[in-house]
Amino acid sequence: MIRVASINKKFRKAQALENISADFECGQVIALIGPNGSGKTTLIKTILGMVKPDSGTVEVKGKLIDADPLYRNDIGYMPQIGRYPDNMKVGQLFTMMKAIRQVDDSHIDNDLFLKFNIPSILDKPMRTLSGGTRQKVSAALAFLFDPPILILDEPTAGLDPLSCETLKEKILAEKKKKKLILITSHILSDLEELVTHVLYLQEGKMRFLKELNTLQEETGEIKLNKAIARIMKGQLPDSEWIDRVLLVSKDGKIY
Amino acid sequence: MVKSIKSKKMLRLPRYIVYDIIRNKVIIAYTLFLFISAFSMFRMEENGSRAMLSLLNIVLIVLPLVSLMFTTIHYYNSYEFIELMLSQPLSRTRIFLSEYSSVALSLLGAFWIGIGIPVLIFSPDASGLALLFTGSALTLAFTSIAFLAAVRSKDKARGIGIALLLWFYFALIYDGIVLLILFAFSDYPMEKFTLLLSSLNPIDLGRIFIMLQMDVSALMGYTGALYRDFFGSGAGLLFTGFIMLIWIFIPMLMALRSFRKKDM
Repeated sequence: MIRVASINKKFRKAQALENISADFECGQVIALIGPNGSGKTTLIKTILGMVKPDSGTVEVKGKLIDADPLYRNDIGYMPQIGRYPDNMKVGQLFTMMKAIRQVDDSHIDNDLFLKFNIPSILDKPMRTLSGGTRQKVSAALAFLFDPPILILDEPTAGLDPLSCETLKEKILAEKKKKKLILITSHILSDLEELVTHVLYLQEGKMRFLKELNTLQEETGEIKLNKAIARIMKGQLPDSEWIDRVLLVSKDGKIY
Repeated sequence: MVKSIKSKKMLRLPRYIVYDIIRNKVIIAYTLFLFISAFSMFRMEENGSRAMLSLLNIVLIVLPLVSLMFTTIHYYNSYEFIELMLSQPLSRTRIFLSEYSSVALSLLGAFWIGIGIPVLIFSPDASGLALLFTGSALTLAFTSIAFLAAVRSKDKARGIGIALLLWFYFALIYDGIVLLILFAFSDYPMEKFTLLLSSLNPIDLGRIFIMLQMDVSALMGYTGALYRDFFGSGAGLLFTGFIMLIWIFIPMLMALRSFRKKDM
């Protein structure tokens, strides 16, 4: 569904992304993991077209993303920090987003919108909302149009435990609908119940992209954080970490 | 079915941005400031044309400054909003033009309410109309320039600083430089060169445009006097309008170009 091919991106002198290639299919829930500044958000923004790569291409549903902004109709995006126009009311924000997407009401997914009790704050201006409430608004917006691809950047950061669980349940429900979901998070325990694959980035390089099961087998650790810790300590050689199942796409092309 | 809805509906993104700007009290305060100063000038001065001269200074000094500052600050404040829009199925050109037209319309609205209404009440003649035309053109030109400065520099302080420096340059330093050049080369015929110089500054152009209407050549700068000699009013006005359009569109298109390539 999303194919990223040899992406390179430099910010000034820092190499943000170096030769990233990957193929994400529907039904996969991919955890983007890596230290701070490893390029996770840059990769996400490249897929969304917010960051223009120096070289390489991104295809969504087989189409190059530069050609037509309408591909973003298929993507629900929850940013790391959701900031909205200060004076806009929550209700107006939702009306505006519906006007932009132009989806008819039968395709609207109100689930999170209702569970996060957003109807009760429709009259409040965005600037009066707390950080957590903004996150809820961002989450509700990302899921609102029932898109086949979901990109969630640190979705659980700032949410209270109850809302966090609600969001995780929602992600699981969407996973069952065979959607493609990309998540970044530093809270690995949040991820391990959700994800099918792990993509590990370090200093802009892709260290590996593999299935969670394989990862657990190879490291002998069930807990994701312990498995990742092992890799970070360098106890396993890099070469083992190229997962052929994922890196060879359907047409046999090796990225 | 979804397709038919898509073709029917037209998104009006600027509506939401303008609403946000109007709810922001700055633009209201600006409108009030313009309105009160224009109104009081017309009431205090016996002579309408003297009030117009005072207003001229507001239009030439305050308008560019407010347009520059408001636009750059608005741009940086809407950064996250622009990011949100970029994650939606909207092209960058459309997002930029929505932002531009919203800011430009708000500033123009403030100008037309604040200065336009008093001028149309107290001095609805050629010079009044010239003032309104120049004010509108300067608002648009400096909105474009501010967008260019803001889009090009990622850092907020830097962007606002560049906008301020540009204002100092256009409003204060430029005339000094022109005079300096004229004195330094006073042995040579400088008329055509001076004309070229005056079209390099929209504030200068605006001043000349209004002065030609007001018939107060005593107050015209040196550049303005030459301007009148050379062109006569008719062709000069056309020329001014044309150069103003260039000052509006070139920075705007350059800003759009940068915006399309930019990493957010």
